Amino acid sequence: MADDLLRAEAIEAGYGKVQVLWGAELTVRAGESVVLLGANGAGKTTLLKAIVGLMPAWRGTVRLAGQDITALRTDRRVRLGMAYMSELGVFPGLTIEENLQIGGQFAERAVLRRRIEELFGVFPDLAERKRALAGALSGGQRKMLGIAKALASGPKLLVMDEPSAGLSPLFVQQVIAVLGRFRAGEAGGAGALSMLIAEQNVAFLDLADRVYTLDGGRIRFEGTVAQLHADDALHRAYFGLA
Amino acid sequence: MRKRSLLPDLLLPILALAVFGVAPFVYSNELMLFNFVMFLALAQGLNIVYGFTGYLPFGYVGFYGAGAYGFALAVMHWHAPPLAAMAAGGAAALVLAVVLLPLLRLSGAYFAIASLAAAQAVYEVVSNPALQNITKGPYGVSLTSVFAPRFSYYVGLAVLALAFALVVWLRNSRFGLALQAIREDPVSASMAGVAVVRGRTIAWMLSALVAGLVGAAFAWHISVFYPDTAFDLGISIFATVFVLFGGATTLTGPLLGVLLLYGVYNVIGISVPQYFQFIYGALIVALVLFLPNGLVSLLTSRGIRVP
Repeated sequence: MADDLLRAEAIEAGYGKVQVLWGAELTVRAGESVVLLGANGAGKTTLLKAIVGLMPAWRGTVRLAGQDITALRTDRRVRLGMAYMSELGVFPGLTIEENLQIGGQFAERAVLRRRIEELFGVFPDLAERKRALAGALSGGQRKMLGIAKALASGPKLLVMDEPSAGLSPLFVQQVIAVLGRFRAGEAGGAGALSMLIAEQNVAFLDLADRVYTLDGGRIRFEGTVAQLHADDALHRAYFGLA
Repeated sequence: MRKRSLLPDLLLPILALAVFGVAPFVYSNELMLFNFVMFLALAQGLNIVYGFTGYLPFGYVGFYGAGAYGFALAVMHWHAPPLAAMAAGGAAALVLAVVLLPLLRLSGAYFAIASLAAAQAVYEVVSNPALQNITKGPYGVSLTSVFAPRFSYYVGLAVLALAFALVVWLRNSRFGLALQAIREDPVSASMAGVAVVRGRTIAWMLSALVAGLVGAAFAWHISVFYPDTAFDLGISIFATVFVLFGGATTLTGPLLGVLLLYGVYNVIGISVPQYFQFIYGALIVALVLFLPNGLVSLLTSRGIRVP
């Protein structure tokens, strides 16, 4: 579709001879927030890595704003407006401010300065310790820094791999609240942020305009949260309730 | 985000250049002064690749030797004027750096050892008696026709200024910050949009260029030398120890490392040579045990930015 910001078509990928993805497809439209639900081993991380270029897609195509980016390196994809946040992504030996500067390294100095000030407004804990080394932060604060660093590039699309991993329920709610502000266009200053979030924590469905479920390397469901709830089998699988 | 002042980073290099600029007029042992300048520049050159990308080439002397022989061959065979031969020395190191680019696919100890083997391979080629017509083989080269110790000393000082300038630039530029991101975690760096291979390649080439120019200045200053001198592994070891002792990524660390350790080396080595290795070894062991990130970590670990 013309307004698709991200379009992953028939993605096949894996590790060595082990195929993990079997023709996975998903789209994210401009301004849309999409959650990719799946259990451990479903292939979520593999699909995201293929989308951001951290591993090659054996088959299939990845398009960003209509441009075929399947053969591009990760750094090229980032320059085109894709930001990726995962367990990795924070540089512990650099200060919080330097981490954000690296995240926004392609922006003009004045733009980056303004953007970092805005991010410090959204993440006051980081602002207070901006000269501290990222390695001195707690797990939750590092996660926040990872998100802030990804946003410092002013991305068209923020791709996140399990932002809840390793966080307490309280911190998960904080992460969701912060992302909700970007989704609603209340933060970031560039309207509603497009997001693709791979998760197994259903709390993130609060952010979802649409949901995909991934199982065995294949997309099994695509629809709204209400449609997901309406499907008895999926409801049982992801919410554990009859 | 405020743009940092360059002044703190410029003070120390300017001071060092000024001191070594006037030193030949007040101290007669010009060879020792040249060695100080040479190690100061080599330590900063090594700082570029180790401090900013995390690659520690044990065979760093290979670039130095290539530079020395690049200079010598240009003088001997093309009768190049010394300053043009300096450029040839730098170019020789750059060519070697390009040939050795695949080493950057390795990391950690594998990279360190592979670079050492590469330097040894270049040494074997240069010192091969079969190449006597070209390199003079193991019999060494004599460049007395261009011998100009005072002028070449200041050329060495100019190379030191270049090395300082490169490190100041890296410490204050987005490119330098991107290199530090690569050093921290290359995958995360690429996820932040950093072109990892290009960054490493540029740092590698700049570091090689500095070593090559230092080697060329050495060849000019000393005028008579042998492959064993130009590819002496001790040069690599000294430069590495100086950087590690002082602390990488800073201007101060390698500078302190050279001034203190090479100073101690000269004082002890002359006054009580029988204790030299014991004292030197004890100093290094103490540092590794108590300050593994170098002397500057006394301040940086407290959040103080050290130039």
